[in-house]
Amino acid sequence: MNILVCAKQVPDTTEIRIDPVKHTLIRDGVPSILNPFDSYALEMALRIRDSVGGRVTVLSMGPAQAKNMLRECLSVGADKAWLCTDRVFGGSDTLATSFILSSAVKALEEREGKFDLILCGKQAIDGDTAQVGPEIAEHLGYPQVTYAVEIAAGDGSVTVKREAENGWEQILVKTPCLITATKPAFDLRFPTLKGKMNARKAEIPHLTNEELHLDVSRTGLKGSPTKVKSTFTPPVKEGGVIIQEDSDEQSARRAVAQLSTAHII
Amino acid sequence: MDYTGYIITEEQKDIRDMVNEFATRQIMPRAAEFDVKGELDWESYNKACEMGLLCPDIPEQYGGSGMDAMTSSIIRGDAGLGLTLSGNGLGIKPIMLAGNEQQKQRVADIILSDKPGRDPRWPQKRFGFAAFALTEPDAGSDAGACRTTAEKAGDEYILNGRKCFITNAPYADIFTVIATIDRSLGYKGLTMFLVDAHAEGVSIGKHEDKMGIRQSATSDIILENVHVPAGNRIGAEGQGFPMAMKTLEQGRAAIGSACCGVMRAAYETAIKYAQERTTMGKPIYKNQGILFKLADMQIAIETTRQFGLYVAALVDAKDPQASVLGPIAKTYASDALQKVVTEAVQILGGYGYMRDYPVEKLMRDAKIFQIFEGTNEIQRMIIGNNGIKANRIKN
Amino acid sequence: MANDLFVFIETNPDGTAKNAGLELLNPGAGLAREQGGALAAVVIGCNVDTAVQSAGRYGAEKIYVIDGPEYRQYTTDAYVNAMCRLLEEERPSTVLIGATPNGRDMGPRISCRLKTGLTADCTQLAIDPETKKVVWTRPAFGGNLMANILCPEHLPQIGTVRPGVFKKAERQEPFNVQILPKDIHISPAEIRTQVLEFITEAAGELVDLEGAEIIVSGGRGLGCAEGFALIQQLADVLGGTVGASRAAVDAGWISHAHQVGQTGKTVGPKLYIACGISGAIQHAAGMSSSKTIVAINRDPEAPIFHIADYGIVGDLHAVIPVLVEEIKKLKN
Repeated sequence: MNILVCAKQVPDTTEIRIDPVKHTLIRDGVPSILNPFDSYALEMALRIRDSVGGRVTVLSMGPAQAKNMLRECLSVGADKAWLCTDRVFGGSDTLATSFILSSAVKALEEREGKFDLILCGKQAIDGDTAQVGPEIAEHLGYPQVTYAVEIAAGDGSVTVKREAENGWEQILVKTPCLITATKPAFDLRFPTLKGKMNARKAEIPHLTNEELHLDVSRTGLKGSPTKVKSTFTPPVKEGGVIIQEDSDEQSARRAVAQLSTAHII
Repeated sequence: MDYTGYIITEEQKDIRDMVNEFATRQIMPRAAEFDVKGELDWESYNKACEMGLLCPDIPEQYGGSGMDAMTSSIIRGDAGLGLTLSGNGLGIKPIMLAGNEQQKQRVADIILSDKPGRDPRWPQKRFGFAAFALTEPDAGSDAGACRTTAEKAGDEYILNGRKCFITNAPYADIFTVIATIDRSLGYKGLTMFLVDAHAEGVSIGKHEDKMGIRQSATSDIILENVHVPAGNRIGAEGQGFPMAMKTLEQGRAAIGSACCGVMRAAYETAIKYAQERTTMGKPIYKNQGILFKLADMQIAIETTRQFGLYVAALVDAKDPQASVLGPIAKTYASDALQKVVTEAVQILGGYGYMRDYPVEKLMRDAKIFQIFEGTNEIQRMIIGNNGIKANRIKN
Repeated sequence: MANDLFVFIETNPDGTAKNAGLELLNPGAGLAREQGGALAAVVIGCNVDTAVQSAGRYGAEKIYVIDGPEYRQYTTDAYVNAMCRLLEEERPSTVLIGATPNGRDMGPRISCRLKTGLTADCTQLAIDPETKKVVWTRPAFGGNLMANILCPEHLPQIGTVRPGVFKKAERQEPFNVQILPKDIHISPAEIRTQVLEFITEAAGELVDLEGAEIIVSGGRGLGCAEGFALIQQLADVLGGTVGASRAAVDAGWISHAHQVGQTGKTVGPKLYIACGISGAIQHAAGMSSSKTIVAINRDPEAPIFHIADYGIVGDLHAVIPVLVEEIKKLKN
């Protein structure tokens, strides 16, 4: 199966702290990582390749430094990685981003053959929109299955276990299709020594607008129907009560008394 | 090889970081549990093998990753399961040093094979194991006192005897066994054999309940009329002793790195604790007594690391100095390690003595490094005698 | 109508409405008024009379009904087709969709097909006084940053809205509600996904954190898997559900189904008790919209205390047993 995984480099939001005085995000020194949901998508792709054979290609859109993340994808076993990067792509919202990525998919297919399966993480942990995957599917006219926890490859189709509100759906869908991954029962595998060394040397080609020839009125800020008007940090909760008595037992009793008085329990 | 001297390359740093992350995320959170059980954490072990950390120094032509000994040392320094992994390296080392092509290919196939369920004794075992069998109940440091015999009978040898404290013995697929073809020849009668662990007459003694390194399995091996084809003899008859010494010599640089790994774990816990723990209104590291301990720990780590890497580079370069400096590196590293883990326990105070905190285990793990692979007393004999040899006055 | 505001009402296979849609009629009414349009519900499903009635009771002035067997079970193709055709015909100014798994599955395909903007998982809605456009407020960076988003030049403006953030309006008797059936259908061949089966979690495994009113969560501070026995006791005595932080799940102490936070569930219970959880952003992102937060942690500097309404500084192993005992006394 020929599989494409779309991956994004994101700041590790678990490392982000809030400046206690200015109430702004402290982004300095926050490491960049492979978006966790994309890592699950990658692991699902590798598992399919392990069981039925094929190829796993990774595509990312972002600045040149996103190559580090793509090398990480190669070190765990992806066959090839591409970086879609151009100044005119900057500032894109999800509609513009998905337009660029779907165009990149078509360009890659000319070079690497048709993809049977396109896998994305359900959302990136910086933007949390969960929109780019389904929008790529719409641009390409592909069926989609979101929130996948398992994918079994069949002949010209895949069966997807999809997380629903109170259980799972087993969904059969013909390829080519697009699937977004949520957290499965497994994590991305560790890299191998050989993979790590090969990834260091691997060439990661760029796709710029010179290759894609996109109408720039559909990319970047111009191509984005949504505009960020302003941002702010959420207000800190005021009036929290701290309970610290002489002993843990006394603290616990006092807490129950207070919660009871406030009719919370 | 693309390194110069013993400054590690970007590639080696990359690999070190990868192994560090594996150790932090996979091995360390489970280490205390398996220490108490005294069992190998098979899940982590198998993952390490999948990553290619099992015998990375098997030359690439046999299916390994072709890593040099220096990089292996870095990996060993960071992996908690290192001794089980490196026990295999020790087990196959005599073959890699002196075996023929056929023997080399055979062990490479065994070590790098991944066939689930192939060993009914160990359902979780997925990769091959090898064990180096030298020590005997009455022949530890004095290998020449070896009582295991190999009697030539046609195109076979018949082996009889008992080996003890053998790392990986319960899991092993193959043993490299040293035996004497004639006890009257002393060292010169010692010969090395590749013994199939599943051969008739081979049995494994009880599981040794150890003070530390409890994920690693140690047992006796009993050989009773074991028929070994002459083609499984490694090198020539009588060549066993130098082969064993060469094997241990190459292992010594790795011991320096392994010690360094334990020291780093102790230091990381101590320096974190020293900043979190406050007494009398300040974090304890602000007391000079604690700060100096932390400084001395760091000095020990850095000197051990640098010296270990230097010796590993000499081994790679096949520089004869390696055999002179190896014992010094092993002795220095394992002695320094005792001091580092003891101070880590001291910095954590009462908590340090408790099993809930990791340094207690590190202190137990540390002791073996002064004992195995030639006790530090034997190392000092070698070091001292080498010194005399090099500076002998004429009279 | 050009100024109308549409609210998508998701339905269950039995023809009843899900709360996520009904809730949105409440803020939708205010927004529609300010925009000078009507509040319309869009009910899609199979035999949805009950859902249509509910939409009327919770404030819809118009109700578009798209009813057919192909809508009994959600599929992307059928629902997106239905919504897009309706929106193209009726051209409302604004569409609100509950940010449920299905809402977030269809939202982006609809906005992409209509070449307009979509704002995901909003937690506040307002009207910009100058432009009369909707100001969509949504969390990003795991809830560390809030962004105000506008879709100034494209119609309709669409947003998915986090379930539980808005409460349903007071139920009222429907008055003068216009019911507008729409004959929109899709052939089976055009539905490209086939739901083979629905697997409900086996009893005991089912962890309904999103629907829970009380959640007691444990984290790294529990020290070991056995610590969850303590959490379970507290949850039992309160009638709550057991949650967990990523650290506890990663340590293998409890299954991922219990995980609250960025890579787990997003919850909004009435009472959330965090035990031995430092309150890293990744966790807070999943639970900060809880009504009352109680934290137990021995580190007084733990970030969880910044978002807690009641913070108990102490060893949870000592605190929880007393809590359990005291609450039992209270309940008797």
